[in-house]
Amino acid sequence: MSSRFPNAEGAALALVAALALALGLGGCNREARQVRGSPLPDGGLAGVSPTALHVGGPRPFVKDPRAAQYEENAYHIGEGKRLYEWFNCYGCHAAGGGDIGPPLMDDTWRYGGEIEQIRASILEGRPNGMPSFAGRIPDTQVWEIAAYVRSMSGHVAKDAAPSRGDQLGNPPAATQVDRKPMGALTPPEPAP
Amino acid sequence: MSASRPRAAKAAEMSALHERLERTWATPPGLWGWLTTVDHKLVGRRYVVTGFVFFVLGGILALLMRAQLARPESGLIDADRYNQIFSMHGTTMMFLFAVPIMEAMAVYLVPLMCGTRAIAFPRLNAFSYWVYLAGGTMIWIAFLLNVGPETGWFSYVPLAGPEFSPGKRTDFWAQMITFTEVAALAVAVELIATILKQRAPGMTLARMPLFLWAMLVTSFMVVFAMPAVMLSSSFLISDRLIGTHFYNPAEGGDPLLWQHLFWFFGHPEVYIIFMPALGMVSHITATFSRRTVFAYPIMVLALVATGFLAFGLWVHHMFATGLPRLGNSFYTSASMMIAIPSGVQIFCWIATMFDGKPRFATPLLFVLGFIVTFVLGGLTGVMLASVPLDLQVHDTYFVVAHFHYVLIGGAVFPLFGAVYYWFPKFTGRLLNETAGKWNFWLFFAGFHLTFFPMHILGLIGMPRRIYTYRAEMEWGGWNLAATAGAFLIAVSAVMFVINVAAALRRPRTAGANPWQASGLEWATGSPPPAYNFIYLPVVAGREPLWEEGETRPVMEGLSSSEREILCTSVVEAEPDMRHPMPDNTLWPLLAALSTTALFIGSVFNEWALVWGAIPLTACLIGWFWPVGTPRRKEAAA
Amino acid sequence: MRRVATAALCLLLAGCAGVQSSMDVAGRQAGDIKGVWTLMLWVCGVMYLLVLAFLGWTLWRARRPLADAPPLADSALSPADRPMQTALGGWMVLIVVGLLVLTFGSFLVDRRLAEAGARADLNIRVTANQWWWQVEYQHPDPSQGFLTANEIHLPVGKTAKIELVATDVIHSFWVPNLGGKQDLIPGRVNDITLTPTRTGRFRGQCAEFCGLQHSNMALDVIVDSPAAYEAWRARQLASAPPPVTPGQARGLAVVQTAACANCHQIQGTEAMGKTGPDLTHVAGRRSIAAGALPYSRGALAAWIADPQGIKPGAHMPIVQLSPADLNGVLDYLDSLK
Repeated sequence: MSSRFPNAEGAALALVAALALALGLGGCNREARQVRGSPLPDGGLAGVSPTALHVGGPRPFVKDPRAAQYEENAYHIGEGKRLYEWFNCYGCHAAGGGDIGPPLMDDTWRYGGEIEQIRASILEGRPNGMPSFAGRIPDTQVWEIAAYVRSMSGHVAKDAAPSRGDQLGNPPAATQVDRKPMGALTPPEPAP
Repeated sequence: MSASRPRAAKAAEMSALHERLERTWATPPGLWGWLTTVDHKLVGRRYVVTGFVFFVLGGILALLMRAQLARPESGLIDADRYNQIFSMHGTTMMFLFAVPIMEAMAVYLVPLMCGTRAIAFPRLNAFSYWVYLAGGTMIWIAFLLNVGPETGWFSYVPLAGPEFSPGKRTDFWAQMITFTEVAALAVAVELIATILKQRAPGMTLARMPLFLWAMLVTSFMVVFAMPAVMLSSSFLISDRLIGTHFYNPAEGGDPLLWQHLFWFFGHPEVYIIFMPALGMVSHITATFSRRTVFAYPIMVLALVATGFLAFGLWVHHMFATGLPRLGNSFYTSASMMIAIPSGVQIFCWIATMFDGKPRFATPLLFVLGFIVTFVLGGLTGVMLASVPLDLQVHDTYFVVAHFHYVLIGGAVFPLFGAVYYWFPKFTGRLLNETAGKWNFWLFFAGFHLTFFPMHILGLIGMPRRIYTYRAEMEWGGWNLAATAGAFLIAVSAVMFVINVAAALRRPRTAGANPWQASGLEWATGSPPPAYNFIYLPVVAGREPLWEEGETRPVMEGLSSSEREILCTSVVEAEPDMRHPMPDNTLWPLLAALSTTALFIGSVFNEWALVWGAIPLTACLIGWFWPVGTPRRKEAAA
Repeated sequence: MRRVATAALCLLLAGCAGVQSSMDVAGRQAGDIKGVWTLMLWVCGVMYLLVLAFLGWTLWRARRPLADAPPLADSALSPADRPMQTALGGWMVLIVVGLLVLTFGSFLVDRRLAEAGARADLNIRVTANQWWWQVEYQHPDPSQGFLTANEIHLPVGKTAKIELVATDVIHSFWVPNLGGKQDLIPGRVNDITLTPTRTGRFRGQCAEFCGLQHSNMALDVIVDSPAAYEAWRARQLASAPPPVTPGQARGLAVVQTAACANCHQIQGTEAMGKTGPDLTHVAGRRSIAAGALPYSRGALAAWIADPQGIKPGAHMPIVQLSPADLNGVLDYLDSLK
């Protein structure tokens, strides 16, 4: 086809490349569907502390290498949402607003809000009624639930968070919650 | 202005007129001209090439699917990737190839067939191409980045909803629909205006070529069908991004709402794809049978009837959803009824060849292939119209076979015939006949080898959209045959591309009317000059070039120093007024870029709808800012 | 011609027989539908042959020497115009008549299918999940109802009305040998009626794309003689037998305390999870994982050890058990006949 502008194809390719770059910055980790979870061995709760207070001064928080594949991954967050219902987290936490258990959609984290700390809370249990699910919920699923819990409070990117579930009485869509930076841990409120 | 008696024009006079018209209508060379052109022929060519690129991409996806399914329990492609591949295949073929390529051929041919200098709303035409290109590019880049659609080309909810399709995959798909439907609506509007108001003087509706009738009906179908899918995809984006409950049954929504809205568009969509092909078949049949199509009024009525009936069938996609049975039966009747106009048209084309003097060049071979293939597909469609039978074969490979028979048989075969037929007009060169015959036979054989076994597979239990199947099901043999056929089709496609590439290297020797056809598009050069016709043709019958004899009646009086066209009345095509046409302008591209930013932004954040509207508004203001024509400025002064 | 010949060939080679074939009729509904198919095949086949015949005649005629006359611009000038108009009229009438025959035939069968559900001998409720089938046999006396998964037994000659619901996305219940399909749509209750007419084993498959493992969402439908059906029913009503060997005891302990009980239930034990398939009589089923593997102790081992290798994306997680625990679990589950 005799193009009146011979470099039209070049222009088109440049446009394609530019768009690819733009979209690529957001695409990859969010969309991966890794069904097997992390190949690294289970356990690894050592070094995950629910608080930043340590003897000798604050210690930097060390990210678990497995966390990256779950934290901002839409598939795992979606699975976590399903498991949140299946394993009856609703029973104490309702749809995130809290019932006999503390709310999960606010930005008060008694035992830490990083995904590793949430996972530790689920596996170890916590005082005043949070059961320990170690040995009951396989590790991949714990990561997924932790990822979902983070999304409830606006700590997950808007494009990875699920909006609403196909159910009655949904909490506000996680895509509509104000984004919050993960700052210093808020100390728990004093007991009444 | 007057309709002159035909008179011989002196060569020098014609040459001077040609110079002036070229200066007025031509697109400047270089990048600026490429970006700012509003010439329907250049835009149409781009559209056709882009459409065929998507056809090849979609075909590659099909080859991947067939490679995976050739053997049972094949590990070639995993489930997630396969789901993306079949979704992209359907999406590409339906939204990025089938509808746009038919629109593209129309954008190029309709003004020429009408005998006018330009398409109506030329800037909108340019805009629609850029928007289409942007939407197609967006979804393909998304696919390559693992964010491609994964829930099929019609994305049923709740699977495509926020809970079961995490991430942005379905959002990109839904927004791609918005892009392509804006482009299709734009072209439909232009075609309706061109066909109704810009036909050559004397080309009454009763003398209009059948391709123009087909495009008129198609364009009206587009106008009524596209809004339904834009609505449904917007609801889906809203559910996914904002948390609305359109499709959430627990809160008063309904998954079936999606199906109704989508299929209200989806069924007319396949007729939108199919109807332009019917017009192409009529032209090819007439030219290569050396006689006008038999029963023209019946053919027109058949097109119009198909257009109306197409809107009353959509529930046949939903027979298994548990809707009330008496209602289902109504749609059985309607779905069967639409076979009547199609069946009548088949008779008329065969009758035209029967009574004519058929010459079996490649375009006519593709018409024969169309008849053999499409009729079989139409008959399996009649089978699917029956509710009980549909309940067995719905969502199986029987349906896959059916729709490929009607879409490839009914649209792609005529499209290839049309390319072979109109290629000399587009480019001034003829495609090679021998290669064309090879192309046809390979395609025909490959097609039937691929899709006929799928009827059997559906009847013996193979459902659609499965990435693998167990060896004990004994479906492997038929699947292997289908895969072999798919590779034959690929070979034929390669042959086609080689034929085109080789032809483009040859000099432009085709001449104005190599097939001795009768339409107005053959009354000007190959390729046509920028201004289409040096004098506007005047028409006195249905087959103007066959009826005119030694001289051609024309109308003169349109300005050659500024761009203007002649508007004629809707039914009788009596000259009505002159209408200015815009010069080359960058605003359509800028508006398209703003639109693209708005649409892609709103995939990620709903506020993009608000902020993105600002640059778009600015572009539209620039676009519509009145600039006046030199003549009006003179008159005002 | 091609259609009839191929169908005939297909039947001759018994290629259309199969456990999931709509052409291999084993139920009244499938039989009625096959009647429609046969009617369609004949009527559509004849119409296709007529079109091909006209086209063939045209191509044959085209071989005659053609006078080099100018092309015909006006149809009325052709001598064949009138006869062709008559033929067109006849063709239109033929199409209309053919379509009327097909519409009425289809309507009559559709009514028959609709009326079949009026007198049901058996009520079943099937709940479709991603990517397995929950089957609940209903009974006016709740103690006579029971739950199973991915397998349906039907007594031959009796009409079963199957209620269809879905928990997540749209699925489609389809057992081709017995009848047509019906979608299971969240928020709706649909139903389908099946009346098997001969005993045997048949296979159904989900027929509406439902996600990653749509391809592996099959179910077994076994049509029994009345006596065999009653025996099967009695077994299903019973709770799980208590463990006998030490291995089975260990297995039961693991099932109740590890991840299994989160999702699965086994009647008569502490495992009462509701989100996964019921395992009370898993060892008596023909297949596991919704038709992904035929049942055997080894298949069960493969499934528990790595479900994602067999059905990637399935909601069964990889549960890491020690070899001794896994063997115990297998011993125990294998005893649940």
